[in-house]
Amino acid sequence: MSTTRKRVYGYLAQFKNASALYKAAEKVRDAGIKKWDCYSPYPIHGLDGAMGMKRSILPWFVFFGGMTGTATAFTLAYTTQVVIYPTVVQGKPANIFTVPAYFPIMFELTVLFSGFTVLFGLLSLIKLPRLNHPLFASNQFHRATDDGFFIAIEARDPNFSTTATRELLEAAGGANIELVEEED
Amino acid sequence: MASTSQHAPDVSLKGPKLPVLEREKLILNERSYHWITERICGVLENKQPLLWWLLFIPSALIAAIGVGGGLFYLVSTGVGVWGNTNRVMWGWPIVNFVFWIGIGHAGTLISAILFLTRQNWRTSINRAAEAMTIFAVMCAGIFPAFHVGRVWMAWFLAPVPNANAIWQNFKSPLLWDVFAVSTYFTISLIFWFLGMVPDLATIRDRCKPGIRRYIYGVLSLGWRGGNRQWSHYEMAYLLLAALSTPLVLSVHSVVSFDFATSVVPGWHTTIFPPYFVAGAIFGGFAMVLTIMVPARFIYGLQDLITMKHIDNMAKIILLTGTIVGYAYLMELFVAFYSGAIYEMDAFKFRMAGPYWWAYASMMICNVVAPQVFWKKACRENLWVVMIVSMFVNVGMWFERFVIIVTTLARMWLPGDWKTYSPSAADYILFIGTIGFFLALFLLFLRFLPCINIAEVKWAKRESDPHHDDHVEHPDPGVTKVPAYQHELNAANS
Repeated sequence: MSTTRKRVYGYLAQFKNASALYKAAEKVRDAGIKKWDCYSPYPIHGLDGAMGMKRSILPWFVFFGGMTGTATAFTLAYTTQVVIYPTVVQGKPANIFTVPAYFPIMFELTVLFSGFTVLFGLLSLIKLPRLNHPLFASNQFHRATDDGFFIAIEARDPNFSTTATRELLEAAGGANIELVEEED
Repeated sequence: MASTSQHAPDVSLKGPKLPVLEREKLILNERSYHWITERICGVLENKQPLLWWLLFIPSALIAAIGVGGGLFYLVSTGVGVWGNTNRVMWGWPIVNFVFWIGIGHAGTLISAILFLTRQNWRTSINRAAEAMTIFAVMCAGIFPAFHVGRVWMAWFLAPVPNANAIWQNFKSPLLWDVFAVSTYFTISLIFWFLGMVPDLATIRDRCKPGIRRYIYGVLSLGWRGGNRQWSHYEMAYLLLAALSTPLVLSVHSVVSFDFATSVVPGWHTTIFPPYFVAGAIFGGFAMVLTIMVPARFIYGLQDLITMKHIDNMAKIILLTGTIVGYAYLMELFVAFYSGAIYEMDAFKFRMAGPYWWAYASMMICNVVAPQVFWKKACRENLWVVMIVSMFVNVGMWFERFVIIVTTLARMWLPGDWKTYSPSAADYILFIGTIGFFLALFLLFLRFLPCINIAEVKWAKRESDPHHDDHVEHPDPGVTKVPAYQHELNAANS
């Protein structure tokens, strides 16, 4: 529809391989761009540094998630076995000295809670699920999950300009540079 | 580059050169990224070969009759239809439970432990092995759930408040087992799904607009492959691997506690946890080979699952099989050395009693058969690999039969002594779970990417952004020694 208003998402440029993407990422980082990302079909090791990114904070989430699991299992076992319904079975008393027998379940719930924290922590950090995205409007972007290496610089970056950003991507060795627009 | 000459090392280096063995290639024929995508997605995008249907239809029928019909008959009549007699009350259901849960160990081992130890060859086989884990645990779960007798009371296993105000016994290995197996299933499922998200996005991007694209789009959660996603994703994968490694070792240890903490001759041994874990890895790898060798051939995945992969798996089978053999012999030695007459009698009964054939099958299949893998020619012959894997599958089932049935048939009181024989309902349900497992695996091949596309691409040499640094600055101090490539020697690959 020609009447639809369009909003510029940003520039998308293709690079020929992982090494080219890595070198270009260093240039974009040094140009002071903040709202941008490198797209590749597989994780490229070392690209975090080339993009000036920090280490993921996910382990902290998982640490506290796991500790919650340990505490849950301990509370569950101790409350039900010692406080609410103490039962002497296998000649074992029901008191604080029985706690070693709860270790297997404390371990399992630690892992279970940590696993769920990994899943939901990851999804919140990478802001998924999000089924649509302006980049999907590009007709070359589908290659990012096949054999394409891309850099996208977003228009909301304060340093974005339709000419200078294009020149930056060209200077970094980008090909098929495309202005991606989303329907408003 | 202008600065090349400044960094160029001194090419006139004197003295002996260091021989450096090149790594054997994990992806043959220098396949491109696009080729990898095409080939793996092709498995589920192209029409399935006739063989798929020839395998799927019988498997699905066996699953429907065996699991569907078998369980309907069981529940509507009562667990008396099983062969579980007084004394051997665990019978086949628990034999089958331990068998399937053991099969389910290779997947997480390949995904987690080989990931932490940086064994890059895992990338070609981890997805299928993880799928196998999930399906095997599903098969395993059927047995204890129905073995409780009244399956509609199975929720009593969970520690939730009930009308009797009685809580589960948290000191019991049986409750530990409930937690261990359900945690294992959940974590394996999360691991499998998260690992698949980028590959589902690959499939989504290859689909034409429509319902299929929508479904894969939803499953892939809108994955875009940006490094800001990959960075967290890699961390999540590492964390899951680190969590799964102790988990996978704990699950079969806990299963073995069901036996080891009881005061029964033949069960009450400290060797059980490591022995069970080694056995589980052993049986799991055999099942991976049983399934992947034909799948590799049918779908033309020889360049991705190479003879090197098969060679490595054969070596793991040899190693773990030998550990299992050591455990069998150590059990006998400890029984002898303990001087405990009941312990000695239990093992005499196992070896020379009415179940001697089960013990002999276990020994031949699990200890003797894998020894052929000492020879390279046997590891390179796919027929030998397949036959040994089948032997191991059978042998591991017999191991559980020996442990459970021969022990329970001859406990403390002579008045309790009884021999066990399974009923038709036992056979039907067990064969049904084999069909169920195969049918699920075939559906997996049909609808989901059977090899981890992103990780296989990552394992290519040029995926390292610094791979060409050495092209510009060759190291004059080393000579490259070409690796032994299996494909050049293997006749039937």
